[in-house]
Amino acid sequence: MSDPATPSIVTRDLNLWYGKFQALRGVSLDIKHGLITSLIGPSGCGKTTLLRCFNRVNERYGYVTTTGEIRVLEKNIYDPDVSLIELRRSVGMVFQRPNPLPLSVYENVVFGLRVHSDSPPTRATLNEAVEKALREVNLWQDLKDRLHQRATTLQLEQQQKLCIARLLPLKPEIILMDEPCSALDVEGTAAIEELMFSLKGKYTIVIVTHNMAQARRASDECIFMLLGQRIEHRRTEDLFIAPENPKTAEYIEGRYG
Amino acid sequence: MSPAPAPDDSPAVMAVRAARRPLWARLGEKSIEGMVYVSGISAIIFVLGIFVFVLKEALPVLGHEDFSLSRFLFSTEWYPTSEASKRYGVLAMIAGTFSVTLLAMVIAVPFGLGAAIYLSEFCGQKTRETLKIIIEFLAAVPSVVWGFIGLTVMSKLIVQFTGAPVGVNVLNGGIVLALMSVPIIVSIGEDALKAVPDSYREAAIALGVTRWQLIWRVLLPAAKNGLLAAVLLGVGRGVGETMAVLMATGHAVHVPQSVLDSVRTLTANIAAELGEASAGSEHYRVLFLTGVLLFTLTFAVNLAADAIVRGIRRK
Repeated sequence: MSDPATPSIVTRDLNLWYGKFQALRGVSLDIKHGLITSLIGPSGCGKTTLLRCFNRVNERYGYVTTTGEIRVLEKNIYDPDVSLIELRRSVGMVFQRPNPLPLSVYENVVFGLRVHSDSPPTRATLNEAVEKALREVNLWQDLKDRLHQRATTLQLEQQQKLCIARLLPLKPEIILMDEPCSALDVEGTAAIEELMFSLKGKYTIVIVTHNMAQARRASDECIFMLLGQRIEHRRTEDLFIAPENPKTAEYIEGRYG
Repeated sequence: MSPAPAPDDSPAVMAVRAARRPLWARLGEKSIEGMVYVSGISAIIFVLGIFVFVLKEALPVLGHEDFSLSRFLFSTEWYPTSEASKRYGVLAMIAGTFSVTLLAMVIAVPFGLGAAIYLSEFCGQKTRETLKIIIEFLAAVPSVVWGFIGLTVMSKLIVQFTGAPVGVNVLNGGIVLALMSVPIIVSIGEDALKAVPDSYREAAIALGVTRWQLIWRVLLPAAKNGLLAAVLLGVGRGVGETMAVLMATGHAVHVPQSVLDSVRTLTANIAAELGEASAGSEHYRVLFLTGVLLFTLTFAVNLAADAIVRGIRRK
């Protein structure tokens, strides 16, 4: 565990281009350890792009260029000696649409352990990991008798919880969430938010959201972005009550977005 | 508030419709509809027609007193022109067809699936386009050309490298057939891999898998039905192929003991002998019966492939 005082994610003058289009412009920020930080801003402001930099999944597409610095857990993730596999092990990601793999519930949860172990893990280790992870996301009661059901047949809310649960056996430090509730109904959203609160402290959570009310309810700190730039980064309540930047104020008032 | 619409059969509505749609337009539409319908069901008509015709030519032989269906299926003795006793056993040719197809699949499946994985997951856009054109070109080579290559180029190489007395044998036919099946396996296999939702790839990549783990643990299981269908269509091609195997396998009625033995396949047998058998003779009808057997085999393989492909779509 890293020292709570040092930020989990630090970026300095981060620029990113998709081909010729510049999606991030000189973004510098410190994301605090153990808190929930939300990224808000209108569509196309670069919040998802920024999130996808933190575990370098952006680079799947060959036409992405990045300059600047990102330090995750005090390690520059663009250093040549960085292992993407290890980075992604400690920085988990939850996607907009729940995307459990087309395997059983059980195999989804232990997928990470299987791919990251040098020798095949024992049945007992796996069983224990499944129960622990599913308990942590409040799915154990619902699914303990259906562990071998195909995960893609679950309700969306359960799928999304499962997508969080499958990160946990890898003991990540950071969990990135890209609009995790946008495919869910009100109850599902409430359940995921509750889950975020219960995971807070143990994990640093960064959540991209379109929903300002959600950012306000569910996050400790809030970053407002516009046209690829970081406009404002403060405690959530301060940002919503007394925004410093007029653009932030206009956005949270709903003048544009 | 708009006024309540007039009922459909009111004179006003009928008048408007009649004015809008002249007679020729309505008739034209009906006849085009009819034509589309006929072309839609023509495939069914043709398949049934072919089956009925082949069956009609074959069935009378079942009534002949010196013909037995079990001997036809389970005897290796094929002497259709013997003066003393004609014997019609196609077991050796069934063995020939299966041995050549099996060897072809042993070669083509790893190559075909490997190429499909490379095309779908590894290579860049440009390489993919180029390779696909070349692979399609491979599929467009006429089978008699493949047979010619087997007969002239491959057979010399096989004699040279294996020391076999003849170069036209199971190995030759298997390799030629493999080359012919690979394009089918590649293009259907690639489609199956491309159909795996990208969200599965993202999920696995974000969990920190290596490329190999992604393919092995996520893509192959997710695409397995499509890949199996690709392989079965390749098998169908192998069972049904005629000209290339006729030229490359040596045409000896013989249950093969090794890959260097010459064989004859069911298809090659029909192609070679039908011209010599006099119409309506027992020999002629047995050849048609072989056709029914082949038809059933390929139909079963294609049906299986289709059922499997349907299985993927439902998910």
